[in-house]
Amino acid sequence: MNTKIEVKILHKNFKKLEVLKGINLSINEGEVVCVIGPSGSGKSTMLRCLNRLEEPTSGEIIVDGVDITKKKTNLNKVRENVGMVFQSFNLFSHLTAEKNIMLAPVELKKMSKAEAKERAAELLKMVGLEEKANSFPSQLSGGQQQRVAIARALAMKPDIMLFDEPTSALDPEMVGEVLAVMKQLAKDGMTMVVVTHEMGFAREVADRVVFMDEGVVLEEGTPDEIFSNPKHPRTIDFLNKVL
Amino acid sequence: MNFSSAFFNSSIPLLNEGIKLTVTISVFSLIFGMLIGFISCIMSISKIRILKFISGTYIWIIRGTPMLVQALIIHLAMPQFIQTFNPAFRIEPYTSGLITLSLNAGAYLSEIFRGGITAVPKGQSEAARSLGMSKTKTMLRVILPQAIKISIPSMVNQFIITIKDTSILSVIGLAEIANRAKQYVGSTYNYFATYVLVAIYYLVVISILMVVSRWLEKKLSYEHKDRS
Repeated sequence: MNTKIEVKILHKNFKKLEVLKGINLSINEGEVVCVIGPSGSGKSTMLRCLNRLEEPTSGEIIVDGVDITKKKTNLNKVRENVGMVFQSFNLFSHLTAEKNIMLAPVELKKMSKAEAKERAAELLKMVGLEEKANSFPSQLSGGQQQRVAIARALAMKPDIMLFDEPTSALDPEMVGEVLAVMKQLAKDGMTMVVVTHEMGFAREVADRVVFMDEGVVLEEGTPDEIFSNPKHPRTIDFLNKVL
Repeated sequence: MNFSSAFFNSSIPLLNEGIKLTVTISVFSLIFGMLIGFISCIMSISKIRILKFISGTYIWIIRGTPMLVQALIIHLAMPQFIQTFNPAFRIEPYTSGLITLSLNAGAYLSEIFRGGITAVPKGQSEAARSLGMSKTKTMLRVILPQAIKISIPSMVNQFIITIKDTSILSVIGLAEIANRAKQYVGSTYNYFATYVLVAIYYLVVISILMVVSRWLEKKLSYEHKDRS
């Protein structure tokens, strides 16, 4: 089993506030790992450390064999292989859906404009939005924007996809369409780390569920183990509140 | 008190000369001003402290002094200083005026651009960086296009201010329209008609600018680009 991401004793402080108090985690190739936990537990911070959108205070994060905490690492190169989907979509508002998807591959010389255009059409089709290629983000619903955001992250052909509460900002009717895309990705063998409150999704799709609270990993296991047979009192408490 | 044809026949050619100068010096000053403003803005958001300091000082001085004083310093004070080691140094009102207006507009435009850049949501650069784009590429392809669109109303505001500030340059002898008007009434004493006419000249120029600005804003707005 190939270890895609290795997190060793990760600490993160925001000034005086210690948010991550020593996280140890490893993600294997093709695994879907769902991170759950109460607000403020540090889930999003931990996820954002994985592509160094947040600067770790101490610890090591090894992505595809490269320690991204080292100053010498070509972070941009590593990020080309790690796609991220944000809670607030973050689509480039001045570009159409198609151009949003094409921007990075063309700018980073991964593809010619023609190839990128073809790939964008392919990806839009995959997420069910081929007729929206020339629409601007402001003309799309939340669920549509998020699906375009997923397509945009996939354009760079990453090995790893990070999802930061991808459906938390969506109206309930749109959550399903986004989760469906994510389910398909998982089926196709993508390595995924998903911070989510969608317990149904975690139960159905995750290979492993990680429960975080107050900056530490309290419990982890298969969905069955965590949801049907939680061991730590705070895990039990949390699940009682949300299920 | 009189809008006779004699009045128009004598004043209009002079005022036309004046407005031509007003418009040309405004256009060139704003072009230079935007360049200076852009460079100053980049310096002000840079991590390199010395660059931040230079641009900060420049903006502080320009914003902290009236343009009238700036014009006098550039046209009279500075040349006097230069003449202590180069007695042959001379400067024309047009040149001083251009320098004054450019430096003046540049400082305000610098802050306008900086405001535009900081107004772009942080998530935009996070998304670009997460795709592997460098800071520079992110700035050029994601942040700046949006920052410029956000800045347009404030930029046009500054353009209007600069056009009207050309009148201040009459004190250094620039023959722009306000100066021409002053000279004209000096001999005709037709205050009412003259100054009302001058006001109308300014109003026309600025109204044209406002129409262009509105057209530009509309063109850049996404709500109208409904192709789906």
